[in-house]
Amino acid sequence: MIKLRINGQEKQFDGDGEMPLLWYLRDELGLTGTKFGCGIAACGACTVHLDGEAVRSCQTPISAAENAAVTTIEGLDPQGNHPLQKAWRDVAVPQCGYCQAGQIMQAAALLKQTPSPSDEEIDTAMWGNICRCGTYTRIRAAIRQAVKGA
Amino acid sequence: MTSLINTPVTEPVIPSANDRITGEGITNVSRRGVLKGIVAGGGLVLAARIMPVGRPFAQTATAYGAAAMPHGTVNAPSAFISIAKDGTVTIVCHRSEMGQGVRTGMPQIVADELEADWSRVRVVNATGDEEKYGNQDTDGSRSTRHFMPAMREAGASARMMLEQTAAKRWGVDPSEVSASNHEVVHKASGRKLGYGELAEEAAILEVPAKDQIKLKTPDQFRYIGKGLPLADGFDITVGKAMYGFDTWMEGMNYAVVARPPVFGGKVASLDDSEAKKIPGVLKIVRIEGTPAPAKFMPLGGVAVIAKNTWAAMKGRDALKITWDDGPHKSYDSEAYRAQMEETARKPAKVVRNEGDVDAALGKAAKKLEAEYYIPHLAQAPMEPPAATVRIKDGKCDVWACVQAPQITRTDIAEKLGMKFEDVTVHVTLLGGGFGRKSKPDFAVEAALLAKEMNGAPVKLLWTREDDIRHGYYHTVSAERIEAGMDANGKPVAWLHRSVAPSIVSIFAPDPKHQGAFELGMGLVDVPFDIPNLRCENGEAEAHARIGWFRSVSNIPHAFAIQSFAAEMAHAAGKDQKDYLLELMGPARVAELKSLDTLWNYGESTKMYPVDVGRLRHVTELVAEKAGWGRKVPERHGLGIAAHRSFVTYVATVVEAAVAEDGTLSIPRIDVAIDCGNVVNPDRIRSQVEGACIMGLSLALSSEISFKDGRVVQGNFDDYVVARIDQAPREINVHIVPSNWDLAPGGVGEPGLPPLAPALTNAIFAATGKRIRTLPIGEQLKA
Repeated sequence: MIKLRINGQEKQFDGDGEMPLLWYLRDELGLTGTKFGCGIAACGACTVHLDGEAVRSCQTPISAAENAAVTTIEGLDPQGNHPLQKAWRDVAVPQCGYCQAGQIMQAAALLKQTPSPSDEEIDTAMWGNICRCGTYTRIRAAIRQAVKGA
Repeated sequence: MTSLINTPVTEPVIPSANDRITGEGITNVSRRGVLKGIVAGGGLVLAARIMPVGRPFAQTATAYGAAAMPHGTVNAPSAFISIAKDGTVTIVCHRSEMGQGVRTGMPQIVADELEADWSRVRVVNATGDEEKYGNQDTDGSRSTRHFMPAMREAGASARMMLEQTAAKRWGVDPSEVSASNHEVVHKASGRKLGYGELAEEAAILEVPAKDQIKLKTPDQFRYIGKGLPLADGFDITVGKAMYGFDTWMEGMNYAVVARPPVFGGKVASLDDSEAKKIPGVLKIVRIEGTPAPAKFMPLGGVAVIAKNTWAAMKGRDALKITWDDGPHKSYDSEAYRAQMEETARKPAKVVRNEGDVDAALGKAAKKLEAEYYIPHLAQAPMEPPAATVRIKDGKCDVWACVQAPQITRTDIAEKLGMKFEDVTVHVTLLGGGFGRKSKPDFAVEAALLAKEMNGAPVKLLWTREDDIRHGYYHTVSAERIEAGMDANGKPVAWLHRSVAPSIVSIFAPDPKHQGAFELGMGLVDVPFDIPNLRCENGEAEAHARIGWFRSVSNIPHAFAIQSFAAEMAHAAGKDQKDYLLELMGPARVAELKSLDTLWNYGESTKMYPVDVGRLRHVTELVAEKAGWGRKVPERHGLGIAAHRSFVTYVATVVEAAVAEDGTLSIPRIDVAIDCGNVVNPDRIRSQVEGACIMGLSLALSSEISFKDGRVVQGNFDDYVVARIDQAPREINVHIVPSNWDLAPGGVGEPGLPPLAPALTNAIFAATGKRIRTLPIGEQLKA
C-alpha cells in the first residue's frame, strides 16, 4: 500500500509500484490535465510538482512519490488564477493547448526558485518542455508578465 | 422553410467543466436534443423543428472551393445557433480545433453577424454529420476560407428573425428595429428586448431566403477583425480541456497495439503467453492489416487490452512476435535518396512547359544548377493519436481527436459493417493535428477492439514511438533546378524537376507521380516571369504511408525555388530581395498559360487568381519591416523568401547568426501575410508564429529515415523538434489589412513554406555556406 498526497488529498494505491505516476493520476484519479507526450521524459507534457519541484510524471514511479506532496495543474491554484495561469490567458499563449499544463507547471517551479528570471534562465528552465505548435515566444512573454504582475 | 434555432444542448460535446465523461456524458448535440425535444439543464428551452435547408453554396455549376468539397456548406441557423431563455447563445463549431483557433474564429463570425455578446456565447463542437453542417474535413487551411460566407449568413439570418419577432411584438415595421449586443432595440420608443425573450418565438419563423439576408458591412463588424479571448483559454490553463487522450468512462479499458515494423508487413508468429500473465491484461486481439492501398485503415498487428494504460504497455512489451516484413523490407533512405537524385538528373514527365527551355539554356550567358533534398517528416503532434470507442446496443460511439469526423464515421461503419446512422463520432479537442489526425486509422483500430469487449468502452492510445514509427509521413523529395541568365543576369530559362512519392499512393495503386494537387503546391504555379520555363516530375515509388503534413508539398517546392532564387541573385551579383522581385516580374495576374487546369487549392482562378502584385507586396512589406539591407553584426545575415500557398501570400525575412564553431541562432524573424481578410488577427499571428517554429524544426533537425524498411527514429530524443532556446527572441508578424473585395485565404499552413529557405538564405548571407539538404543538422559545424 503506497500512501500519497495528491493536490492536498490523501490517497492510497495498492498496485504495481513501478507504474509511472502519470498513469496513476490519469487512469486511476481522472486527473487528465497532466498529459502524456513521450513517455521518456523528453517533452515535459507530464510535468507535475513533487514536493514543489518539477518532475516528469511519466518517468516517476508511483513508489517514488510515496509520502511526497504531488501537485498537478488541477491543484496549482483553486480558482485557476495563479499569476502564470492568468498571464497565459492574457498573452493568449495556447494554440492546441495540450502541452500547456506541463509548461505552466514547469514555469511555476522556475518562479518559485528564481522569482525574476532572465530570458536565458527562462530558456534553460523551459528547455525540456516541447510545444509543437510553437508558442515559445509567447511562453517567454507570459512568464515575464507573470513576474511583473506577481 | 425551416426553423431558426437549434434544439438545446444537453451537455457540452467537449466537456469543459470538472465533469468527466460518463457513459451518458457526451452526446450528439443535435441528435439527442431533437429526440428529447425540450431539455432541462442550463435553462435552454427552445425546441425547434429541425429541417436542414440543404446547401445553398454547394453543388452549383462551378465545382470550386467549398462547393467542390463533400457536402459543401450549410448556412442554416438551426444547425449552428441555439439561444436559451436566459439569453445564453450556444454556437456549434463544426470544424476540429487543433490549435488553429477555429473554436474561437468561426463562432466569432457567427456572433458578429448575430450581434451576440461574446461573453454570453458558449461553443460546442459538432459531431461528424456533414449533411447537417457541411464539410467537416478540417485541413487544407479551409475553415474560414470556405465557411465565412455561410457562417455570416447563419448569424445574420438569426439576427433578422430576432428583429422580426421584436417588431411583431411591438407592432412596428421591422425596418424600425435593430439588433445590438444581445438585444433588439426600437430606437423611436427606446424599447428593448433581450435575445432570450425573443428566441422561442423567433425559432418558428421562416429563415430569410438567401437573397434577403442582410449582411453587415465591414464597418459594422463588432468582432471580426479583432482578437477575442480563446474559447478554451481558461480550460486549457487549468487542465480541464479534454483531448482525445483524456476521454474517461466508467468501466473503460485501455489498449495499445504492436504494429508491423515495416509498412505492409504482418504477423508471422505470435506467442502471447507472457503478456497474458501481466496483471491487468484482459485480452489479446489480432488486427488484420490492410492490403495496399493503405487508405485510412489499420496497419494490423496485435492489440493488448488492459485495465489501465500501464498494464497494456507492459503487456505489449511482453508479446513475442515474429514479423513477415513484406515487400518494403529493403526501404533504405540513403539508397532511396541516391535513386531519386538520379531520377532528377534525367528528363521526366513534363507538367508545365512554356517557350523553349533547352534552346534558351543553350544560349544562356550563364548557367546555374542545384539539387535540394528534404527527408520524410512526422507531424508529431504533442498528443499522439487516441480514440475511445463503445459499441453497445447496436450503436457505436467514438470519441476521438480527428480532423475528419465524417470520414472517421464512414470508415468505421464500413470496417465494422454497421450502418452509417448507427455510428456517432464525437470530436474532442485535438492536441495538435498538422495533418496526422486527418487519417482516422487509429479510430478504426479502436472500433475493432471495442467490438471485442461486449459493450465496454476501449480507449486506444498511441505512444510516441507508435506515432513516429507507424505514421503517414511527409513525402521525401529531391528537387533539381537549372536556370540560364543573360549577360546582365536576367533570368531567361528555368527547368525544375521534382521527384517525390505521392500521397495518392495511399488511395490507389502507386501512381509513382505526384498528383495535380501536389504539383500545384508551388511547383507548376511558380509565378516567375521567365519566358522559357519547364517543370518536370520524375517517378518515385512509395515505400511507406505518405500523408499530409502542414503545408504538404509546398515545403520542398518552396525550399528549392526560394533557395535557388537566392543562388541566382548571388550568381548575378544582385541583392536577394531585388532579384526575387525581378523573378516575379511586374504586378499582374500570372497566366500560367501552359497549364490546362491550375489546381489552385481547389479554388477558382477567378476568385483566387495567382496575383503577383500581392506576392510582390508582401515581399516589399516584409523587407521594409525587417529593415532589409540594415547593417547586421559580423556572422549575421538576412535571408528572404516569398511563397503563395493555400491562396494566401507570405514573405519571410530571417536573421541568422552563425558563431565561429557553427552554432546557429536566430535573433529575429519577420513575416508579412496577406490572407485577404482578417477575422482574428491574434490567431493569424499565432498561426504564423507557430508555422515559423515548425519550419525551424524541419530546417534545423527533424528527419524520419528508413533502414531495412523500418523507421530509424522513435521519440523526441532522436526525432528532434525545436525547443524554446532555438526560438527567436522576436517573431514579428505583419498582417496586410483586410480587403473585403477579396475572398479569404488560408492561414494555418502558408506561414511554413518560406521559413526554411529564408533561413538557409540568411545562413548563406552570414557565412557563404549554402545549405541544400535539410535538416541542417551538423552541416554548419563541418
